[in-house]
Amino acid sequence: MSTPLQVTARLRDPVTTDDHVRGPADASVTVVEYGDFQCQFCGAAYPNLHELLRQRADTVRLVYRYFPIANVHPYAERAAETAEAAGARGRFWEMHDWLYEHQDQLDPVHLSLGVEQVGLPPDELNAEVEGRNHADRVRRDFVGGIRSGVNGTPTLFVNGVRHDGGYDLPDLLAAVDAADNA
Amino acid sequence: MSDPNGLIQPGRPAPGFTLPATPDGGLVGPEQFRGRPVVLAFYPADWSPVCGDQMSLYQSAAPVFDQYRAVVLGISVDGIWSHRAFAESRGIEFPLLADFEPKGEVARSYGAYMSNGEAARALVVLDPAGTVTWSQLSPPEVNPGADGIFDALDQLAADRKVMTG
Repeated sequence: MSTPLQVTARLRDPVTTDDHVRGPADASVTVVEYGDFQCQFCGAAYPNLHELLRQRADTVRLVYRYFPIANVHPYAERAAETAEAAGARGRFWEMHDWLYEHQDQLDPVHLSLGVEQVGLPPDELNAEVEGRNHADRVRRDFVGGIRSGVNGTPTLFVNGVRHDGGYDLPDLLAAVDAADNA
Repeated sequence: MSDPNGLIQPGRPAPGFTLPATPDGGLVGPEQFRGRPVVLAFYPADWSPVCGDQMSLYQSAAPVFDQYRAVVLGISVDGIWSHRAFAESRGIEFPLLADFEPKGEVARSYGAYMSNGEAARALVVLDPAGTVTWSQLSPPEVNPGADGIFDALDQLAADRKVMTG
């Protein structure tokens, strides 16, 4: 049982109704992102993914899964659980966007302000996060990611295959167009 | 680039060794952990961005390694002081072993030493008895992730069930 060089990693947890999805349900290309809200590379990819969805509005949908690397990013888990608490109220993507647009303000005080800006009750969400109500979900995403070959953040899977290229817009467009034509 | 004899293969007994390790420089080696699976993660160097990712990733996956009762040991030719600073900056709590003097001796014994003087990026999984059960060599610039390791640990658990069941 020895593995040759450069095995292509594949997504093992299929997209389900529990997932946070942005874009058309019948999209021909599904991009699954494993991300960490405190990761600067995820922050750099965020506007490009936005633009990708705008330019390929009919063909591409984005799925976001949590992959906090807590030992390096002390606020990442809390941010993820807050996003999940927002998701339980139908505001996942608003919270997701706020987090990536305020990566230097993820400390608990500023995070509460962000929750308020998204239009949710900060004390209520804070209590859920303190109670670790959403920790299992975040962990489930993380474990599924590590079993699928997530090797850092962000890691994208395009139609189930790990994207080992860059995260600039041209790289992303090329990757989804190739998957669409495959 | 790597050892001409290649990386150690499954079925071979793992060469025994101890090396100074984080956090306190005490000697650590795989034989201390007989009865548990051991993951040896050879990597080229502390501080290079890919390495940081790989070791940080393994730290963040510590709860999953715990489920398998698996021990992770990171090994490079860096000295203990570099390892300490690196571990501290990335929050790495599992031992990082310094294959520093004689340089790369342990990496060589596993066929995981490169002619540029660094350890190769190589993963070796040992079963609880200390036999190599899986190994994988990656290009130095590619973070191999952990999926291959967990597949090997699953296989180990399944094999044990068959033997005892």
